[in-house]
Amino acid sequence: MGRFWSLLFLLVPILGVLCFALAPALGYWLPPDISEHGHRIDHLFMFCLYLTGAVFIATEVVLFWFMWRYDGRTNRDPVKFSHGSHNLEIVWTIVPAATLLFIAIYQMDAWADAKIRTPNIPATVEVTGRQFEWRIRYPGPDGELATEDDIFGVNELHLPVNEQIVLNLKSMDVLHDFFVPQLRIKQDAVPGNKIPMWFTARETGTYEIVCAELCGWGHYKMKGRLTIESREAFDAWLKQRAAEQKATQ
Amino acid sequence: MSTTALGSHSVAHSHASGGALAFLRTYVFSIDHKVIGIQFLFSTLLWFVVGGLLALAVRWQLAWPWSEMPIVGRMLFSAQGGQISPEFYTMLVTMHASVMIFFVIIPILAGAFGNFLIPLMIGADDMAFPTLNMLSYWFMWPAFFCMILAFFVEGGASASGWTSYPPLSSVASAAPGSHSGQTLWLLGLIFVGVSSMMGSVNYMTTMIQMRAPGMTMFRLPMTIWAMFITAVLQAFALPVLTAALFMQLTDRLLGTGFFVPEGLIVNGESAGAGGGQPLLWQHLFWFYSHPAVYIMILPAMGMVSDIISCFARKPLFGYKPMVYSIAGIAGLGFIVWGHHMFMSGMNPALGMTFMVSTMMIALPSAIKTFNWLGTIWGARIQYTTPMLFALSFVSMFIIGGLSGIFMAATPVDIFIHDTYFIVGHIHYVLFGGTAFGVFGAIYFWFPKMFGRTMNEFWGKVHFLLSFIFFNGTFFTMHILGTTGFPRRYADPYHFEIFAPTQTLNQFMTICALGMGASQLIFAANFFYSIFYGPRCGRNPWHSNTLEWQAPSPPGHGNFDFQPVVHRGPYEYSSPEATEDYYPQTAPPPEGGGHAPPAH
Repeated sequence: MGRFWSLLFLLVPILGVLCFALAPALGYWLPPDISEHGHRIDHLFMFCLYLTGAVFIATEVVLFWFMWRYDGRTNRDPVKFSHGSHNLEIVWTIVPAATLLFIAIYQMDAWADAKIRTPNIPATVEVTGRQFEWRIRYPGPDGELATEDDIFGVNELHLPVNEQIVLNLKSMDVLHDFFVPQLRIKQDAVPGNKIPMWFTARETGTYEIVCAELCGWGHYKMKGRLTIESREAFDAWLKQRAAEQKATQ
Repeated sequence: MSTTALGSHSVAHSHASGGALAFLRTYVFSIDHKVIGIQFLFSTLLWFVVGGLLALAVRWQLAWPWSEMPIVGRMLFSAQGGQISPEFYTMLVTMHASVMIFFVIIPILAGAFGNFLIPLMIGADDMAFPTLNMLSYWFMWPAFFCMILAFFVEGGASASGWTSYPPLSSVASAAPGSHSGQTLWLLGLIFVGVSSMMGSVNYMTTMIQMRAPGMTMFRLPMTIWAMFITAVLQAFALPVLTAALFMQLTDRLLGTGFFVPEGLIVNGESAGAGGGQPLLWQHLFWFYSHPAVYIMILPAMGMVSDIISCFARKPLFGYKPMVYSIAGIAGLGFIVWGHHMFMSGMNPALGMTFMVSTMMIALPSAIKTFNWLGTIWGARIQYTTPMLFALSFVSMFIIGGLSGIFMAATPVDIFIHDTYFIVGHIHYVLFGGTAFGVFGAIYFWFPKMFGRTMNEFWGKVHFLLSFIFFNGTFFTMHILGTTGFPRRYADPYHFEIFAPTQTLNQFMTICALGMGASQLIFAANFFYSIFYGPRCGRNPWHSNTLEWQAPSPPGHGNFDFQPVVHRGPYEYSSPEATEDYYPQTAPPPEGGGHAPPAH
């Protein structure tokens, strides 16, 4: 039976690798990236995947081989009466330590660009989470938020393509999370805090805004629509929104 | 002397009071660590069933949303035509995690196995504080009561996730479950904490003070080392959670506003006092709950080390590095909590620090894995059911450990945070890791608990099916996570981007149902074997550690001789011994030592 069990454990790396190899072909994979910074996140994801994949295959295959080779029913060699090896311990402490430290350092620049180095430009839009919708607020002609000429909307976010956007994220009630998978951005909205997010979209189209932090029974239906369009189309849309708003006031 | 006199007096007293009271003293309000351990085992296994059924309901909704649940649907949700409502769904995910973590994993490791094994494996007659030990079990009951009651109060049980992030959890109008359900959840957890703390101080004292002659710290089995370090983790981390729970309780009941910011308007109502900060709860909660992740796996690692060495018939590879890496995990465990908060709005520069500490905590886990592989190298493996579960622990823990690297890498976490990738990760650690380790431990120590062995054939069938269905259910979650599929969604398919994943989810649900059904084999085997399993002697596995030198099951006071320890626990296939095992109590071939009575 040792043979059978070893082979069962060998299935783990085989099916595991197959799963990740076939998933993109079946359409289950990172959605197409439309942001300027997204390729760095995807690269780091693939970097982690290949690195952990190599360790995964190596350790699981060693586990299989030891299970196969040292099955008590078939192995006639005497048991190696060993309590360990000082040298091996040193090797498998230092090598993973260095690798892990390298992985951490390798991430830092992308993280700093995504979350720490806030661009020094005025916010294009303010988004406020509320059970279970996204409230949108654009500065009016004066270019400043929180003034009388602000333009409001719900769940319909329009942004210009190929421009760096600063989006201020807030919440009225509970925690929410502003997640656009194709833009590779995610940030919790915290009541009481104003948290800036920044990105540049490189492709026009419409995308879904996903709430990624449990916010109550309607969490699953908290869906916004993000339209990325040309500067002209965006300006025209904003102007039209402003006119509509004036008409209803 | 006075304690002995007192002890015999109470024994005499209970004898005089006749049958009913004696029965209560022996089996219900027992102060015997073995009975308390078995009480914990039965209670937690029962809750395992509850938690598992809640999980299956979650899976049902994800595969066939808003469709009538078979069999139980009409009974539970007659008002909605047998469908799960979105309110109930958020309650399901919350209560599944709360039950599994606080009523199953933590108490089955520390409460059931810690209690049963610690005195036996160190050669003591009982715990240092037997009455405290009994109380630690009975303090679980108010917690059980609170959690069950929560389902029947207005608004239902807590529905703000097992992490209970405020303001969702602390403002009553934010969610139906945030009415009385959340208060009961908090009270329940406070009782669990009191129980854990009583266990923790008791275990530490017992392990330091009551080891048999010759049992030095570095002759302790890994199970005991892991239990010791877990007890230390509990003792240092729990007060923080308890404080946080009380703060949320007063926020809810007295309007203290520790976690409620200024000017909050929930559901059109002002939430009252402000001046608080929701992130404060997250820091306090994770300061406990990250170490708790290790509380939930270290004892399983210890037990798996013992099982692997026993059935490899070979000494544990690198005993001291194994001990040091457990200590390293515990130490680093206190400075990694922020990795749960990379997207929370916490100072992103702090994210860098937590990323480095989180990466480094993978190191002791890697060392442990390599040493397990080293243990079976050059061995003569016996493929028993406990060994298969222990080996699967190693195989699954490799996956759970490696997938953790993705979340630790902060930029990658931007995409996979709060997606199914993390759900896959935690289940590889807690189900593929801990739960498989616990199954292995049950099959392994069952003969000591009940004096009979479980059926090996059905044990292996249970293993095979669980292993296959487990991987079918959870490996696919990583794939689902790469699509951005979010957690805790009652119906993700109205999002264009997630609609194509429904087939994958249906596959996972079928596997989950299969996994649930496979546990019936275990239950049948377990209960049948308690009554009709073949009787076994003291040491059916030919193991070295002390508990196997005691009778099966051990009587009150555990040992029928004074155990004296001559060596470490892993001297399998020692050239010094005539057989392939060498009990810790066996006297060395030459020189002193006290021979145990023949058995």
